[in-house]
Amino acid sequence: MTEDVAARPVALVTGASRGLGRATAEGLAETGHPVALGYRSDPGGAEDAAAAITGAGGRALAVQLDVADESAIDQAFKEVEAELGPVGVLVNNAGYVKDGLAIAYSTEAWDTTLDTNLRGAFLCSRRSLRAMMKARWGRIVNVASAAALRGNPGQSAYSASKAGLVGMTRSLSREYGSRGITVNAICPGFVETRLTEDYPPEVKAFYIENTPAGRFGTPEEVAAVVVFLASAAASYVNGAIISVDGGLTA
Amino acid sequence: MERAEIQAKVTTALAERFDKDASELSDSTRFAEDLDADSLELVEVVLDLEESFSVSIDESEMEDVKTIGEAVDLIAAKLGSGA
Repeated sequence: MTEDVAARPVALVTGASRGLGRATAEGLAETGHPVALGYRSDPGGAEDAAAAITGAGGRALAVQLDVADESAIDQAFKEVEAELGPVGVLVNNAGYVKDGLAIAYSTEAWDTTLDTNLRGAFLCSRRSLRAMMKARWGRIVNVASAAALRGNPGQSAYSASKAGLVGMTRSLSREYGSRGITVNAICPGFVETRLTEDYPPEVKAFYIENTPAGRFGTPEEVAAVVVFLASAAASYVNGAIISVDGGLTA
Repeated sequence: MERAEIQAKVTTALAERFDKDASELSDSTRFAEDLDADSLELVEVVLDLEESFSVSIDESEMEDVKTIGEAVDLIAAKLGSGA
């Protein structure tokens, strides 16, 4: 058991300061992965989580990683490689959302959304593939969204970025599937995070009404699926787009 | 390391990977046409060579490697032994 845990590959989770990213990093650490927690602007959350993991006997590192910045990505990977080792599990979780009607949506917000959610995931995936190819083993999990599968008014940029992520997932899964590398995406529905806690009550009520589970999900319920996809047990799951949404898109 | 030495090492590794006799391979052997290597196999070849020779090869440099001779030249240049 100890040997097995010691052999767990290093995981890097982007956007790991809070919410889904943090829960995912904690879940991966619990199963024995050394974990790098990427953060863009809030070192506090990532450092707290890293300290908690280290305190519990795991290995963790908080690392500054703005996925919109290509050179910062390389720098962050180098830091993780030096401190923990080559990345075997990449969770592209960092995301940006700004809702607004297309008719008045700024080009800047469109670019930021696509740069973070789609381009950022591609750049991190590309940076991790060399080491995964060498190891002939790897796991990339892209955190997409129910918004990739069904449209919400006011989310043209967000939906486009997440649907793009789904397409990229499928393409990469075919490109590297013969080399022991799986690439999958999850599509969370409404989850209790800082993002959704500010929704007005009537908006929350509307979403809950549309979710067969009758409630929002917890970050841990989503993280559990990512942890499974990162595991050896998920070796035959590749190119899958998995809804984790309480039935929202059923 | 002399070019001939690099070439011998590269040829041996490639012969093994592509299940060929080393004597069948030369500088003019093309990865795609002669060895039937797909683009991903070519990436793997480059990654292997990086490791065997402790050199670093960029993605942009990978694109220019079409033959064994070009691979040998690239490594020779990296190792400073001249082409």
